[in-house]
Amino acid sequence: MVATYTFRPLLVKLVPKVRLKGLTLAGTIMVLFTVFLAILAPILTPYDPTKSVDLSLQPPSWKHPFGTNKVGQDMWSRTVYGARTILAVVFLSTIVSIVIGVPLGLVSGYVGGILDRVLAMIMDAMYAFPGLILAIAIAAALGPGIINTAVSIAIVYVPTYFRMVRAQTLSIKEQLYVEAARAIGAKPLTILTRYVFPNVVSVIAVVFTLSVADVVLTEAALSFFGLSVPAPTPDWGFDLKAGHPYLLSGYWWLITFPGLMIMILAVGFTFIGEGVAEYLGAREVKI
Amino acid sequence: MASLKAFIIARVLALIPTVLILITLVFFVMRVLPGDPVIAIVGMKAPPERVIELKKELGLMDEAGNPIPLPIQYLNYLSKLARGDFGRSLIWGKRPVLVEIMEHFPATVELAIAGFIVSIILGLLLGSLGGWMGGKTSSAVKTYGAITYALFIPWIGMLLQLFFAVWLGILPVAGRIDTGLEPPTITGLYLIDSVITGRWDSFISALRHITLPALTLGLVISGVFTRVTRTSVEEVMRQDFVVAARARGIPEHKILLHVLKNSFVPILTMMGLQLALLMTGAVLTETTFSWPGMGTFLLERIQYRDYTTVQGTVVFFAIIVSLVNLIVDICYAYIDPRIRY
Repeated sequence: MVATYTFRPLLVKLVPKVRLKGLTLAGTIMVLFTVFLAILAPILTPYDPTKSVDLSLQPPSWKHPFGTNKVGQDMWSRTVYGARTILAVVFLSTIVSIVIGVPLGLVSGYVGGILDRVLAMIMDAMYAFPGLILAIAIAAALGPGIINTAVSIAIVYVPTYFRMVRAQTLSIKEQLYVEAARAIGAKPLTILTRYVFPNVVSVIAVVFTLSVADVVLTEAALSFFGLSVPAPTPDWGFDLKAGHPYLLSGYWWLITFPGLMIMILAVGFTFIGEGVAEYLGAREVKI
Repeated sequence: MASLKAFIIARVLALIPTVLILITLVFFVMRVLPGDPVIAIVGMKAPPERVIELKKELGLMDEAGNPIPLPIQYLNYLSKLARGDFGRSLIWGKRPVLVEIMEHFPATVELAIAGFIVSIILGLLLGSLGGWMGGKTSSAVKTYGAITYALFIPWIGMLLQLFFAVWLGILPVAGRIDTGLEPPTITGLYLIDSVITGRWDSFISALRHITLPALTLGLVISGVFTRVTRTSVEEVMRQDFVVAARARGIPEHKILLHVLKNSFVPILTMMGLQLALLMTGAVLTETTFSWPGMGTFLLERIQYRDYTTVQGTVVFFAIIVSLVNLIVDICYAYIDPRIRY
């Protein structure tokens, strides 16, 4: 099949050239560790993260390695299950951003004209605006929940995908093979899906690796503001906020572990992004 | 300088659609609320008179009690905004939103400036160190940049609070100044106002309060500056004049000065581009340190479902960001004439 043939070189081009060493390797391990916690959560934790299982505010011990919080929930269980929440939101919001941003970028870049100018202007305006503040406004309007949080974050990152895909489309549509396809009478839709789209797949992958750390931090922030998932669901940002008032009394374990996990995931993705950016450095692809 | 004037005019005109797009976006986002926002504010059991009153306040209904269609609501909102009317708050004395925003804005500006200064110092020092030394130092500085960029501000803030305020007890945990020490308002920035009026006790208190928030914000933003400074210095180091200067035996510290001078334009551009990051960071820092700025204000009003204030604050953010971007662009065009095309 033609499609698989055109797809292959792109993925093959990107993956092995980013060598798994140094920062990239460290980043991959950090992200895989979080994924591992999320998948194995029921095996790794002895307690229900949403239920009160012991006295409140117990310091770390063999029974509760990360202590317990005000409600008496086991912080280890909450920290492990929290990986599920944040990864689910990151995954969903990325899908939504791609589903909206990529087709718009393709059409805008290919069709051009007034449509392109208007879309580009809207996306540029959104791009320049502080993402978190936009996400806060949308999340406040939509209300709590995993889907709503994912949508709030997704809208903020649509312009990022749009801009890169549009720029790539603009250069691809000048290529000879697109010209040839047009000459033999291929319809615009065919050209976009069969000739242009396979060549922006690598760009989508790049935008993902370079922006995913920001998505993680945005989710953590919304959750910290109480605008993400509703209360008993374990979520790192929310637990950080809930532990904050007890800081003055020296209950350090309430804030240390959820925050550490946010950092491990965000830094992990950043390191992977660094590796990809380094490889692309010579090719002048900037986000 | 005719071309600079033309550039400024073109840039100011381009600002209008950008701001309009953002205002429109915020307006429609605030109206996609699932369910009835009015019921969400007053509750299910509210008397019908209260509901109608609130609908009038929100601009959903005219004085005669007829519902206003959405496009008209939008135009009404725009025309009010154009006259500087951001509406009135829905709670606590229903004060004008713009007045309340202006009470909180100076605190954010003060924090943002302080954080910015910390990040520039850290960024320039570490960045030029990495770029100048190269090799292992350069890699270490690069790793520092990647890590600080990915730090979660509230967590870093809390760790600093835990260490300096709770364990060592040498700095205040939160707040902007000790109660009763507020200097008279001139600029709204406590550090500057207290110097102008010569109230040194206020100055010390304000300085002690701003230290941890500014350090938190500055540390996180410094990653970006470190990166730009390092790459920029490394690039300039490769240029012929550095080799020539070395060949002529000019002392290293003098060469470094020339290198820094030549690396400055990209660093300056990057600073302007970091405004969005600075705003985002300020919102997170404020909520962590109970800093009475725009971020704390916005989140507090979200909790109370004060929709006119929430909308007004986000629109205000949009206008400020667009204006500062405009100023940065103009400054840049002034420094580097190639920008004016």
